[in-house]
Order: sequence, then structure tokens, then C-alpha cells
Amino acid sequence: MIQNLVDGFLVGSILSLGAIGLTMAMHMLRFANFSHAELLSIGAYVALVFDGLFSGIYPALSGAIAPLSLTWALSLAILVSMALTGISAVLIDKLVFKRVRAKGGELSMVFASFGVAMILRNILGLIFGLDPKLYSQDIVFAIVVSRDPFLLVKPDQVFTLIAALMIMFILHLILSRTTFGYSLRAVAENPSLAQVSGINLNRMIVLIWLIGGGLAAAAGVFYGLTNQINPVLGRDLVLPIFAATIVGGIGSIYGAVLGGFIVGLASNLALVILPSGYSPAVPFLIILAVLLIRPHGLFGEERA
Amino acid sequence: MTKALVATDVVAGYVPDLAILQGVSLTAETAKVTVIIGPNGAGKSTLIKAIAGLVPVSTGHISLQGKDITNPRPDQMGALGVAYVPQSDNIFRSLTIRQNIDLVLRNAGKDAAMRRDALFAQFPALAGKQTEKAGALSGGQRQFLAVAMALAINPSVILMDEPSAGLSPKAAQEVLEYARALTEQGVTILLVEQNVKQALRLADHCFILADGQNQVDGAAQDLLDDPVVGQIYLGGKRVAPA
Repeated sequence: MIQNLVDGFLVGSILSLGAIGLTMAMHMLRFANFSHAELLSIGAYVALVFDGLFSGIYPALSGAIAPLSLTWALSLAILVSMALTGISAVLIDKLVFKRVRAKGGELSMVFASFGVAMILRNILGLIFGLDPKLYSQDIVFAIVVSRDPFLLVKPDQVFTLIAALMIMFILHLILSRTTFGYSLRAVAENPSLAQVSGINLNRMIVLIWLIGGGLAAAAGVFYGLTNQINPVLGRDLVLPIFAATIVGGIGSIYGAVLGGFIVGLASNLALVILPSGYSPAVPFLIILAVLLIRPHGLFGEERA
Repeated sequence: MTKALVATDVVAGYVPDLAILQGVSLTAETAKVTVIIGPNGAGKSTLIKAIAGLVPVSTGHISLQGKDITNPRPDQMGALGVAYVPQSDNIFRSLTIRQNIDLVLRNAGKDAAMRRDALFAQFPALAGKQTEKAGALSGGQRQFLAVAMALAINPSVILMDEPSAGLSPKAAQEVLEYARALTEQGVTILLVEQNVKQALRLADHCFILADGQNQVDGAAQDLLDDPVVGQIYLGGKRVAPA
């Protein structure tokens, strides 16, 4: 039970990072972006490439930061990956979504996002192969935190959780202390009013893709650190991320954070009573329950 | 009298080839209250949104102090000195009252704090609740916060879309009276109002729209006293078409 709670919290932090970008883009651009989770895959693979690159150029960076399997090279690669994935998200918008937005409706955007997801997934498979990849081949043993109740935690998991929480805290400071943060929240809440309040919507769309892509990249790398990377990573995470977004309320950044933890915890706690094969169904049930009981989510409101 | 805002033969609508406004013209005099009234679907809100740049104008012109501003970018209206207060959802509910104001003042630089303090001095009811979520405010207080946000840009013209909608009669009166008082500071007010009699008593000039076209316009008091206008537009018995 305790093990499930800890695992759920860890998965929740990754889902939260993914859901923040999704909720902002969904609310502002008024479409369910099924390709958002592919940004996690892009982020994970970009970090893999730059990890190898940095390690090759500066072998000193390939040493692990004990007791983690994380290397200095990968730490730098995460930052590069966040930037490049953010830029990828902007490019995808410019190449696809912006054009569809200009001519089609919300439904066209949703179908376009399915198409983008399929294309990205297959491009990644084509480039990197379908075999799973690991950031580190080193075996890092889990630490026994407690024997009764039995609790195992890997150092990488602790790092991932702390790093995800730190990113969210930094985001919280930006959102709650800076006028740029107010602008982001304003656009997420009511794009039309934000516009007449002097906010350049086109510029904000670019920034939201940059931030959403950057956070998705971090989530993808953290997922890869504690699991493995493969081209269907996005497909596996799209539903939990959507569930997190819907639970939190579309458009609510803080709701997305809370939603991520709720879905992560619920999915892992379900394993206490259900066989593991049923775990992927839990986000579906959460989406259904939220839509029935509180269609606007925990923090969402009927949109303006 | 100088003309602050002039709309000439404006044709506009939300969807291309489906014009709601079909050649509407309007003039708002400087430092006066001009009210637009008319039945539902007349195009009142569409007109004010077209002026604010939220609805595309297909033909016709809109000018501000003689300068053409047809189809402006909505986010640049503030820089032109035009503030727009929407009918509903006119504040950011998830932000605090102070954050709402700071958001509008974000480009004010060193003056931001001084201007914020001056605004709160004008709205003491809001000043005491600066750290509260704007969504927790009453309807009347929300309307005043929306007006405060509009004033934060130091506008020469404020466009208000049904500022009394959903308010108690007392709160509605307060909001309208405040709008009237702003004209004494040189601000031009153009408002759309369903609360016709109340608005006409406060307004200087009135335009009546129906079916996306101008019907009647004149001094607000004259229209208020006009029995025919009263019968058709002010709650009286409708006159059967000839």
C-alpha cells in the first residue's frame, strides 16, 4: 500500500508536468490535443541524443552523479531537450495547427492532433528503432526505506520527484509573483478578455507551446529515467495526462498539477485491489467519474 | 463638441458573409455618455465589439479622434486609449483583485505602483480586498473591478457592454452613475444597455438599433420623452408595422 502511494506520487509528478502544457493549450486554443503526449517522447529522445553527444565530446561528463544513474551529461541534455522540445511544439503549431485553426473547426484540430501524434510516433520509431532505450545501462539498486511496511525507492525516483516538484514550484513562483505569470493565467482563463487587456495572443500562443513543450520534455526524461524510452511512450501516457487535465479542470494550471497527482495515485492504488493488467483502465474511469460528477473538473469553470 | 469616436456605415459579423451590422453609423462626443439601445439581436454588442476589434468589420470605417482604427488588434486598443468592458466574464476570477489590476498595469513601468494606488483610492471597496480572489466578489464589485481595470490604461474612451446586466437595481444605478461621473474627467463613455430608461436618464445621446441598422438617434432626454420611441423601444405597446 505504502509502496503504491510512493509510486503513485512519483508517476503523478510526471503526469502533472505533462498536464500543465496540455491544459493551457487546450483551453486557449479550444481543442483536445492528442499529440501533446508525443512531446514527452520527443523530449526523452532529444535528451538521449544530447546525453550521448555531451558524453562523447566531454567524457568527464559521462560520470554518474552518485547515487543516481543520472550523469552530468544527461543533466545538461535535459535543459537542451526542454528548449528544443518547446521549439518543436511551436513549429508543430506553425506547420499544422495554426493552418488548421485558420480554416477548420475544433473537430478538425482534434483529428489533426491525432495525425500529428501518429506521424511523430512513427518518425521516432524510424529514427531510433522500436527497441526500448535506457539513459544508463548501469544497474542502480533500490534502497530499502522500510521493511514493515516494505518500501523500496530508487535514488533516481527520489531525484525525479524532487526535480518535478522544484519545476512546479518555480512555475508557481512565476504564476503567482510575476505579471508574466498573471498573463499566462489570464490567457488560460479567458483568452478574449486577456486580449482586450492588452495581451498579444499570438505571442502568448508561442510562449504557451514553449512552456508546455519544455515541461513535457522534462516529464519525458523523468519517465525515461525511472522506466525506459520507446516510441510509444506518448501513446501510453496520453490518457493519464488527459485524465489529469480533466480532473483538474481544463484551463487550470494548478488543477493540472493536482489532477496529475490524483491520477497517478489512483492508478497505483488501484493495483492494491486490481490485477496490474487493469491499471491502464483507471484513468478512463477517473475521466468518466469526473465528467459525470463535476464536468468542469476540480478547479475548472465553464469557459468564457 | 468634438467627436471622440465615429463609426461610419459599418458592416460586420462574426462569420464571413453573415453580417449582423448592416451599415451602422454612430458618433460618440468627447466626455459625453452615448448609449446604444435596441431589441435583442439588434447588433448592439456586435457594434461595440467591432469597435474593440473583436468582430471583423468587412466594410465601413471606425475612427478615433479623426484617426482610422478600423479592425484594430484588440490588444492594441489600450495603447490607442480605448478600454473595453465586456458584459460578462470581464475580470479574471482566478487572479486576486490586485493581480487583475497589475496585469493591466504591467507595461506601466515605474508608474505602476502609483497608478495602482490611485485606482484603489478611487475604489475603496476594492482596496480592502486586494488579496482576495476576484471570483469571490459580488456582481457589483466585479463590475467596479472591471471598470478599474479599464481605467488603469488611462483611457480617453471606455466601451461598456451592458454594465448593469445581472446587477441589483441599486448596484446597476451605482455603476451607471460612476460611468457618468467619469465624463467629468474627460472620458468618453459608449455603452450598450438593456436597462433603457435608467441609461437614458444618465446618457447625453442615444442611438437606437434594430436588425443591425440605425433606427433613431438623438438627445437621450428627447428620446426618453418621445411617446413613439417610448411605445416602441421603452417597454410600451409595439406599433404594428404599416
